[in-house]
Amino acid sequence: MDSTIVSTGKEGKTWGGGNQPLKSSYGKMMMWFFIVSDALTFSGFLAAYGFSRFKFIDYWPIADEVFTHVPFLHGQELPMIYVAFMTFVLIMSSVTMVLAVDAGHEMKKNKVIWYMFFTIVGGAIFVGSQAWEWATFIKGDYGAIQTNGGNILQFGEYRTVEGGDLVFKRVAVEEFTTATANERIQHENKNGLWFEDESALPAFSVNDVYHGLKAHPSILVRTQTINEDGEKTILSREASLSQVKDNGKRYVKGANLEVNEYGAPLFADFFFFITGFHGFHVLSGVVINIIIFFNVIIGTYERRKNYEMVEKVGLYWHFVDLVWVFVFTFFYLV
Amino acid sequence: MANHAHKLEIFRGLIKFKSNTQKIWGVLLLLSIITAVEVVLGIYKPTSLMTPLMTPFEGGFGALFCNIIFSGFIYMKSLNLLFIVLTIIKAYYIAWDFMHLRDETKALRRLVVWTSIFLISYLIFILLQEAGYIESVYTNGFVKRDF
Repeated sequence: MDSTIVSTGKEGKTWGGGNQPLKSSYGKMMMWFFIVSDALTFSGFLAAYGFSRFKFIDYWPIADEVFTHVPFLHGQELPMIYVAFMTFVLIMSSVTMVLAVDAGHEMKKNKVIWYMFFTIVGGAIFVGSQAWEWATFIKGDYGAIQTNGGNILQFGEYRTVEGGDLVFKRVAVEEFTTATANERIQHENKNGLWFEDESALPAFSVNDVYHGLKAHPSILVRTQTINEDGEKTILSREASLSQVKDNGKRYVKGANLEVNEYGAPLFADFFFFITGFHGFHVLSGVVINIIIFFNVIIGTYERRKNYEMVEKVGLYWHFVDLVWVFVFTFFYLV
Repeated sequence: MANHAHKLEIFRGLIKFKSNTQKIWGVLLLLSIITAVEVVLGIYKPTSLMTPLMTPFEGGFGALFCNIIFSGFIYMKSLNLLFIVLTIIKAYYIAWDFMHLRDETKALRRLVVWTSIFLISYLIFILLQEAGYIESVYTNGFVKRDF
């Protein structure tokens, strides 16, 4: 480390430089300060998520029912498997990072290069998985009706599964609804005022869904309200029909910042914001890792005779992992 | 940095590793086991863990005080409490062994950990408390939501 410190000629004096309070170098200490402040930022976000969730404690979406998809296993409901995989990838890349730091302490350049490489690969897999998770969430799967009060009505029916139990299974709106000719057409800026247009109209009108529901007597509405068993409330047939007819406002599919077919739009907002902010940290971590990776290859730290830079970027990388541990718990588990 | 000394024991000296590399793999094993337990519990949600461990204390200031002290056991499903405890254990091992806090001076460790713990606890307390109040207004006040 001595080699990185410029000699000031005032060594030995208190303010002469070269002092290491807490026996930690300047760079590492600043990285710790940054990490503490960033940890406070993330806890602010997660606490805000908790605030919104506690506000709507009986109406909040159940994460297990939202994130059930795994790539290549289409149509199967596998809650949490993919997130668990992502968590494992991130922990694993944390391990290769700490191994790189360890190899750096022993001044083994080739080992550092390889471990850094695996860390970068792990980070890239994680960011890619995150993107896939977002895409799946945005696309949605069953579709729902949003009511005038902003509530979400989902659809499903009781089916006998193997073992003879009667289980409520979700049914996609597309399965029982046919779109009718609609007099309302999407307003584009080429018709009428050139500066006015609107986004694509929903695939079905509420009336279409109502008629589809009427024609399929087995289908029931599931509301957002969580009952005493911790499950969403399922309405009777009459209540289902009247809810859609009286309160239905529009058909929604998937999630964005405005609507969310899984429940409260706030859930989607926080999902995009918190996992997005974390994903951005991972992305910048990967970029910084790549820079350090090439520095290791061209021998910058070999000449400097210490690999402290690897250790500093390692601290950041572990912090990203640390944050994910909390995001995983509060978004997917609790 | 080349002759950096690592502390190689975890669990307060119960397990002592021979080298730093070995310790890293040991910690990975521990973190993986904890994550696996979390995922399995999250999928199966055993019914015995779906209720709080204790019922609230009744009557008087002492009961109120006890409710605050044991709030995690009284107002939280024990499954969720377990998840949070396991998460903090994971966070501890990531910070201590991957981020090498175990090898730093005690002062730096405390500087990092206690600053965060105090500020975050306060933030969580104030936000969740207020959210609970707003929820009670929605539920008990004259706010119509079912339309």
